[in-house]
Amino acid sequence: MTTEDLRDFEALASLGDPVRRRAYRVVADASGPAGRDEVAEALGVGRTLAAFHLDKLVAAGLLEVSYARRSGKTGPGAGRPAKLYRVAAAEHAVSVPPRAYGTAAELLAEALERAGAEEVLNEVARQHGSRTPAGSRVSEVLSEHGYAPVADGPDRIELRNCPFHRLAEQFPPVICGMSLAMIEGLLGDSAWQARMDAAPGRCCVTLSKK
Amino acid sequence: MSAFHLAQMNTARLRAPLEDPSMREFAEGVAVMNELADRSPGFVWRLVGEGGDGTIAAPGDPSRIYTLSVWESPEHLRAYAYQSEHLDYLRRRRDWFHPHGHQAALVLWWIPAGTVPTMRQAVSRLGRLQAAGPAPDAFTFRRLFPPPLPVSAS
Repeated sequence: MTTEDLRDFEALASLGDPVRRRAYRVVADASGPAGRDEVAEALGVGRTLAAFHLDKLVAAGLLEVSYARRSGKTGPGAGRPAKLYRVAAAEHAVSVPPRAYGTAAELLAEALERAGAEEVLNEVARQHGSRTPAGSRVSEVLSEHGYAPVADGPDRIELRNCPFHRLAEQFPPVICGMSLAMIEGLLGDSAWQARMDAAPGRCCVTLSKK
Repeated sequence: MSAFHLAQMNTARLRAPLEDPSMREFAEGVAVMNELADRSPGFVWRLVGEGGDGTIAAPGDPSRIYTLSVWESPEHLRAYAYQSEHLDYLRRRRDWFHPHGHQAALVLWWIPAGTVPTMRQAVSRLGRLQAAGPAPDAFTFRRLFPPPLPVSAS
C-alpha cells in the first residue's frame, strides 16, 4: 500500500500506549480467544483498565470480539457469556515515505510461478533459514520469524500465524512451499521436523519430533 | 442455498505418462484426493473420467490433463484445494507438471445450481480468461466475482 490510509495510521497509533500494546500482545499470544480477567492478570492491572484498553483496540480494528460461556455450562444459572478478544484478520501497514513491497512480492511470486522456478525459491528460502545461529531454541527461532508457535502436546508444534498470510492466500503452493523450506532451514539439525499439514486458521506447516 | 454454484476447471501438462515411475506418487494421489474432494464440505460434482479418476486427458494430447468440478462456493473450493492435504500435492506440482508459463491454467465461473458444466464450456471459459483477463464469466481465486443476481420469478 502506497497511499496514506487514515485507518491504518489510527490503528497503529492506538498501539502507542505501552499498556495497550502489551494488552494486544497478550491477546495475540493467547492460544485461543482471551477474556478480560486473563488480560488483566497478565498485565497486572485492574479488570476495568484492561477492558478499557481491549475495547480501544477493538474500536481501532486491531481486535475482534466474540462471546462464549467459558465454564461449559448452559441453561439457567450458567451466567452471562464472557466477552472474549482475538486478533482481527485485517492487516495494517504504514510506510513513510510510500513503499510498495507487497506489490513487488506479488509480481515476483506470479513471475516465479509462471516460470516454474519454485525449486529455486525453496532452495533460497532453505538457505535463508539455515543462517540462524546453531543452538537457538526452536520455539524462539520460530517466534522471531513471526510464526507464533504453540505446543500441541510434547511431540507436536502448531504455528498460529503465517508471516506471509496475504501473499500465501494469493499463491498458496508457491508461498507455502517457500515457508516450509525456510522452516526446514530454521530447524537445521534440531530434534524437530516440519511437514505440510494444511488446515484452516493457522500456518500450513506443523512440526513433529523426529 | 444459493441459486448459483461455482464451477472450476484446471489443466496441466504432465512431464511423463501417468504410468511412468516418476509419476507414481501423483498417480496414486489422484484417487486419494478425489476421495477427499467427494467428502469435502460444499462439494457438488466432478467429472469422472473413463478410469473413474476424475483426471481427463485431452483427446489430441495425452499429456494434457483436466479436472472439472462444481462447488457450493469459492470458500468451499478454497478449503479443499489449499487448506487440506491437497496443498502438499500442489506444492510438489513441478515434480509432475510442466510450468504453464503465460497460459491460464485455472478458471472459475458461476453456473445455475443443479446444472453441470461441460468440458467444451470449460475450455471456452479458460480461453476467455486467457484472452481478456478475469471477468464475471471467467475468473480466478485472485480476482473473484460475485454470483449473478437470481432472476425474479415475477
